[in-house]
Amino acid sequence: MSEKLFKHKLYVKKNSDVSFTPETLEKIQTIISHYPEGRQKSALIPILHIAQEEFGGSLNVDIMDYVAGLLNITPIEVYEVATFYSQFYIDPVGKYVIEVCQTGPCAICGGEDIMHYLEEKLQIKVGETTEDKLFSLKGVECLGACGSAPVMQVNTEFHEFLDIKKIDEIIAKLRSESEFKKPEELTWKERLS
Amino acid sequence: MFKVTIDNKSIEVEPGTTILQAARMIGGDVVPPAMCYHSELKDSGGKCRTCMVKVAQGSVADPRPMPKLVASCRTEVMDGMVVQNITSPEVVDARKAVVEFLLLNHPLDCPVCDQAGECDLQNLSYEHGTNTSRFEEEKRTYEKIDIGNLIQFHPNRCILCYRCVYAANQLTDNRVHGILYRGEKSEISTFIHQAIENDFSGNMIDVCPVGALTDKTFRFKNRVWFLKPMDAHRECTKCSGKATLWYRGEEVYRVTGRKDKYGEVHDFICNECRFEKKNSSDWVIEGPRKIESYSVINQNHYKNVVIPSVINPIKETME
Amino acid sequence: MERKIILENIEIEGIRSLEVYRENGGYKSIEKALKTMTPDEVVNEVKTSGLRGRGGAGFPTGMKWSFIDKKSGNPRYLVCNADESEPGTFKDRYLLQHIPHRLIEGMICAAYALGANTAYIYVRGEFKTIIGILNEALKETYKAGLLGKNIHGSGYDLDIYVHTGAGAYICGEETALLESLEGKRGNPRLKPPFPAIKGLYGCPTVVNNVETLANIGWIVNNGGETYSKIGIGRSTGTKLISACGNINNPGVYEIELGLPVEEFIYSDKYCGGVKGGKELKAVIPGGSSVPILPKNLMLKTAEGQPRLMSYESLSEGGFITGSMLGSGGFIVYDEDACIVRNTYNFSRFYHHESCGQCSPCREGTSWMESVLYRIENGEGKMKDIDLLVSIASKIEGNTICPLGDAAAWPVGAAIRHFRSEFEFHIQNPEIVKNIKHGKLPLTPKGE
Repeated sequence: MSEKLFKHKLYVKKNSDVSFTPETLEKIQTIISHYPEGRQKSALIPILHIAQEEFGGSLNVDIMDYVAGLLNITPIEVYEVATFYSQFYIDPVGKYVIEVCQTGPCAICGGEDIMHYLEEKLQIKVGETTEDKLFSLKGVECLGACGSAPVMQVNTEFHEFLDIKKIDEIIAKLRSESEFKKPEELTWKERLS
Repeated sequence: MFKVTIDNKSIEVEPGTTILQAARMIGGDVVPPAMCYHSELKDSGGKCRTCMVKVAQGSVADPRPMPKLVASCRTEVMDGMVVQNITSPEVVDARKAVVEFLLLNHPLDCPVCDQAGECDLQNLSYEHGTNTSRFEEEKRTYEKIDIGNLIQFHPNRCILCYRCVYAANQLTDNRVHGILYRGEKSEISTFIHQAIENDFSGNMIDVCPVGALTDKTFRFKNRVWFLKPMDAHRECTKCSGKATLWYRGEEVYRVTGRKDKYGEVHDFICNECRFEKKNSSDWVIEGPRKIESYSVINQNHYKNVVIPSVINPIKETME
Repeated sequence: MERKIILENIEIEGIRSLEVYRENGGYKSIEKALKTMTPDEVVNEVKTSGLRGRGGAGFPTGMKWSFIDKKSGNPRYLVCNADESEPGTFKDRYLLQHIPHRLIEGMICAAYALGANTAYIYVRGEFKTIIGILNEALKETYKAGLLGKNIHGSGYDLDIYVHTGAGAYICGEETALLESLEGKRGNPRLKPPFPAIKGLYGCPTVVNNVETLANIGWIVNNGGETYSKIGIGRSTGTKLISACGNINNPGVYEIELGLPVEEFIYSDKYCGGVKGGKELKAVIPGGSSVPILPKNLMLKTAEGQPRLMSYESLSEGGFITGSMLGSGGFIVYDEDACIVRNTYNFSRFYHHESCGQCSPCREGTSWMESVLYRIENGEGKMKDIDLLVSIASKIEGNTICPLGDAAAWPVGAAIRHFRSEFEFHIQNPEIVKNIKHGKLPLTPKGE
């Protein structure tokens, strides 16, 4: 149940340096070209997706202001859109965002049990992120895969016909994946060993 | 010209006129109340659902009734259209429902609200509301946010009419606030820490139908019904300079745009006129402003207010 | 009778690719439409076919097309609604995943008929795989000269782009979808004006569901008349049904409209009966928005006629004893399913998905959820049941878009048919409170 005191939270602009790579900018120009001239705002949602993916999984004020600049629209227009759609995260999330479908068809096929199991397994409540910033657990509404209920998505990758065993496997796999650091993330000692 | 009949009263209007505008031309009880529509703000209306009416006959050409109630503020008349406002029990019922919905989460803090006495929602619930509430849940509340030194913002009171957003969009050159989030969690906000500051931001106060946006410089200074409104004008390079000054004794307590009987301002004023010109000497006084509205602002006229058979008791007694 | 139109050849390996799709007769309709037919002739064929919108409302497609304003001088747009989010519905996802060219072929014919040179496919953001598949398919189509300038030497130009949503059920409503496509919040617009007059960027626009458009190629190839003979009465053609819930074979089935519901539920060709050999309790036949029906009314109408999978038969009896075909999201509940919990679940869904623009929906959906939450958790009062009926009736018909109705109908129907279950919850708070989660028998047997 939703709590009734809404955090009327105001965010802070940190003026950190945000910019897309030239390749991404090119991709964005292509997206903009799909819409008639003067209608570049249409590209906002696709670009926010790209921004979220490239800048660490969530959108902050600086990112949104940067996108507003790219599209020549006001920042508030971006905030309005980013807060409307549930796929955009304004607050930081873990590396893997686990979104369990909790709507009717999944619920009658065990979706609620899956959610409870994940809460126990990850030691967090719905809406929280694990301490190691690896997993965020979210409940989402219908993912449009009711025939393979219960389902969840991890960073938009679908997992279907879930049961406890499958969850264990998925979490184990994600945990092990995250242990492999990219070369640039390694300390020189790690590199030598 | 199109002929339209509303609650058995007919009028001829230009094509393109909405039902609400036609009703206002007829005047009186046929006029549906409106919370989110503002005739000076493009695209406003259609959201609050208080102005819904029944179209009993679509037009001469297509006399079928419309299947659902329609928002009179955004539905254009057709020739031969027959509309029912308070003569339709369905409309009265739906309006009651809308008032109930609007009040679910609206705080009942009229005694400490600066808008009291000139609040559209107060008037609306006075006319169409009930004395008891069926809502047992906790009301939705928000933490306060500061939007600058001129405008006081009470998010709890907002009914999401979008008027201030349209006003900021259409009257100012840089809108910094908007509707954020979705559904029941929607809210008016600037999203980041910043003040709403531009030459015309004060008009957001005038277009707000409730006490969500009020004049910070007037906050808790006085009750509006103790003040005497005077129309006045001044030479202003930024705006029309046509305003209403609100006096108590010789002192100007606040300056607002001139609201008509539907609570609409047609000549928007700039922040300089509104917030900085609070001396009589700044203005040319035209004379007392007649408050035509049946709002509780005319509190001295409360008489026989509880007459169940009379739909609009205050108005009746005022006239 | 087996009849495949949309899912024809779906079992062929590689049908997702243009090459295999063409080898099996794909894209023939383009040549026929663009070279031998005028746009109006295509519209007329679709009119003749009796095809009705497959997104849920069932509005005749040909008629929708004929409303498009051809005199405005503004560009016209075709928009494909692939924002499939109605709980219980996953047919479009299945179609796009396996045979994306069926949609593209239909869209080319449709865009030609409407005189549109630009078309968008609005895909819900969660369907990332689908977006990839569609983009790949479009690339192939461009390469083959079936899209772009001067298609097949006909002088007709068409560009199709994929546009991504970002998680909002409301964007399945056509005007909210257009707002979203313009890069705004998905707030539905007031109608009139309808999109056919003022749609995308204020220009004449037609918005059609994926499945609707996937039928167009076949209609062009075989003629509207032939199509109109498939199905039953005014429910012509076939329909994709997404079957889910407590059944043995969940999945997407293409059925000829008119198939008996009983056969659909119990035949091994379709749902294969209720899972675990349990009794059937209730069905929501058209996606979560349409009224739930108990077993007896689902299999037979109030008059005792067998209930058929068709627009007319499913809605026979109105909302008192009937339901709707809707989007074809067929959700089956077994005897152990808790209707109250399920109703609460859907009311939470609609509360979450309301755009918040108009007051009855914004406030009403949240209120219904709160009351249902109380009942579901053993804190309800008897008067809450009538309160729910009252709130639902006050939302219904009073909102800008149909989401208000969609939120109100399930609540009204659940109470209409399963009132005793709500009463049981209220009268037995201790039993209700001790149930953790998941499915447990809450209904007095014999309901």
